[in-house]
Amino acid sequence: MTEQDGYNLRLYVAGQTPKSMAAIANLTKLCEKHLAGRYTIEVIDLMKDPALAQRDQIIAIPTLIRQLPEPLKRIIGDLSNAEKVLVGLDIQPT
Amino acid sequence: MIPSSVLREQRADVHGIEKAPTGIAGLDEITYGGLPKGRPSLLCGSAGCGKTLFAMTFLYQGAVEFGEPGVFIAFEEHPSDLITNVGSLQYDIQKLITEKKLAIDHVQIDRHSIEESGDYDLEALFIRLGFAIDAVGAKRVVIDTIETLFGAFDNHAALRSELRRLFEWLKQKGVTAIITGERGDGALTRHGLEEYVADCVILLDNRVQDQLSTRRLRIVKYRGSAHGTNEYPFIINEQGITVMPITSAGLAHDASTERVSSGIPDLDEMLEGEGYFKGSSILISGMAGAGKSTMAAHFADSICRSGERCIYFAMEESPQQIVRNMRSIGLDLQKWVSKGLLRFSARRPNLYGLETHLAAMYREVREFDPTAVVIDPMSALTSAGITSDVHSMILRLVDFLKARGTTALFTNLGGVKAESATTEMQISSLMDTWLLLYNRESNGEHNRELYLLKSRGMAHSNQVREFVMTSDGIQLREAYIGPDGVLTGSARLAQEAKDKANKLVRQQEIERRSRDLDRRQREITAQMEILKAQLASEEAEAALLNQEGAAREDQLTEDRSAMGKSRSSSRGDVTPFKSTARING
Repeated sequence: MTEQDGYNLRLYVAGQTPKSMAAIANLTKLCEKHLAGRYTIEVIDLMKDPALAQRDQIIAIPTLIRQLPEPLKRIIGDLSNAEKVLVGLDIQPT
Repeated sequence: MIPSSVLREQRADVHGIEKAPTGIAGLDEITYGGLPKGRPSLLCGSAGCGKTLFAMTFLYQGAVEFGEPGVFIAFEEHPSDLITNVGSLQYDIQKLITEKKLAIDHVQIDRHSIEESGDYDLEALFIRLGFAIDAVGAKRVVIDTIETLFGAFDNHAALRSELRRLFEWLKQKGVTAIITGERGDGALTRHGLEEYVADCVILLDNRVQDQLSTRRLRIVKYRGSAHGTNEYPFIINEQGITVMPITSAGLAHDASTERVSSGIPDLDEMLEGEGYFKGSSILISGMAGAGKSTMAAHFADSICRSGERCIYFAMEESPQQIVRNMRSIGLDLQKWVSKGLLRFSARRPNLYGLETHLAAMYREVREFDPTAVVIDPMSALTSAGITSDVHSMILRLVDFLKARGTTALFTNLGGVKAESATTEMQISSLMDTWLLLYNRESNGEHNRELYLLKSRGMAHSNQVREFVMTSDGIQLREAYIGPDGVLTGSARLAQEAKDKANKLVRQQEIERRSRDLDRRQREITAQMEILKAQLASEEAEAALLNQEGAAREDQLTEDRSAMGKSRSSSRGDVTPFKSTARING
């Protein structure tokens, strides 16, 4: 895993809602499939840390932010549409 | 005009719902207390109506005046811009933020960097809002402008259900909220927010008419409460927002029996010797140069002289010019300005709209709290609006001033006859005292005359009086009513001179006759003297006669006794003469 092609992803959720759980599952599945070994996922529960919602300008839940590589990308929704997620994260399907 | 009794009844039935005062002058009056407490209200209007300022004022006043901290959720403006913008209203937002009385959360949405994939909700927005509310213990929330979200998200159905949930959530939180919305075509808001926020909807409007823009406010609906339904003008200036609740003033003002001097002793004399009623409205109308402003200045001077405050709204002249002009008739207004008793408020009528004028006057009156105001001239305001508007404005102003017990003096250019009152915006019926100033031409000169057309509630003089402006101010001349009517100017002087001459002639006549009498008296006395002398001489003659008679009698007696003596001595020796004499005697 190098700096260039490593994916640093943050997933913002709010509690254990069905949408949040679905998003976590969908993201993990997708990353395993396309980014195996070169990604990190940080799940942030805004219920536990509400101040981060303002800091990171989060409105919709769930929100996925691609911290790295630059530029910053946002995807909202439960990530059920894998194709859109790949486009949004700028990942070439393998 | 709503009768005060109706208003009172309405007030009684609004106790059902609790209100949160906005602290915006006027708005709390037309809503009978403020916005519905613990509920969201919708504030809509097109761009540049002052929605953001309105909302910020609500929060600022809440934090400063009512001890209710607030949260501002800004979708459109950056907090630093927001703070700077409302800084023009002298609101120190930064200080409130430092004191934890206000929180601003800027929700930044960059449409281009957001991709949608699957279902989502706005839970994060709720979390942010909840976090901000808890951070300052907010009782008030402003969301400005939530419709931005419609541009950011594709799934409008989801968004709508989330908005519905948001407003419910706000209600549960028990915060008084203002949701702003941009005006849409044919609808109050572009995305139909009024469907969700249904408790109270306030519409702001900024209309341009005859090149003058006026901000207006209307309460479209207010569930569970009575409210004023009209459009109310409002202004935004450096002191904040003022709404004119004008027609809510009603006709319930007290009528004072106190009097205020007109500033002209002679005129007071015509008004039962005491002047105008305190708190009444006085109209002085006349043509150009009839002396309206001078009358007004006299009044202002007299108010200040008695130690009371007065505002002089000058529409056509600058304060300096008025002060200078009035000095020529012996009125020193500058003295009162320096003492802080007189305030000049000069503004061009067409500087801004009529309502804005009214609101500005309204605010100034509340701030300075004068005993009397002068509006000189009222007719200038017609250039700031349509005649019907001017009428309603004057009505509102009169109501407002009467409710405060402030004596108002209006001057009006034009109309010198009661019949032409229609052209005077029908304001004459609003006035308690109407003074007409004529500038009548006769014999090649113009003379000033005044006439008290009406003065409610007092036995005023019915005379047309001539007045002159002297270096000691306005002075009324004694009314001269000759056989040809009232005479003024030179004609009056001529008549007076003629009268004087006639009087002299009459006086001379009297003197002559009294001299005659005197002389005759003297003649009679002289005659009496003569007669007296005659009498005396007659008397003397009579006395002499008596004396002679007595002497002769004595002589006879003497003769007889002498004869007797001689007879007794020589009888027969009788002288024939003596004997004859005795027989004859």
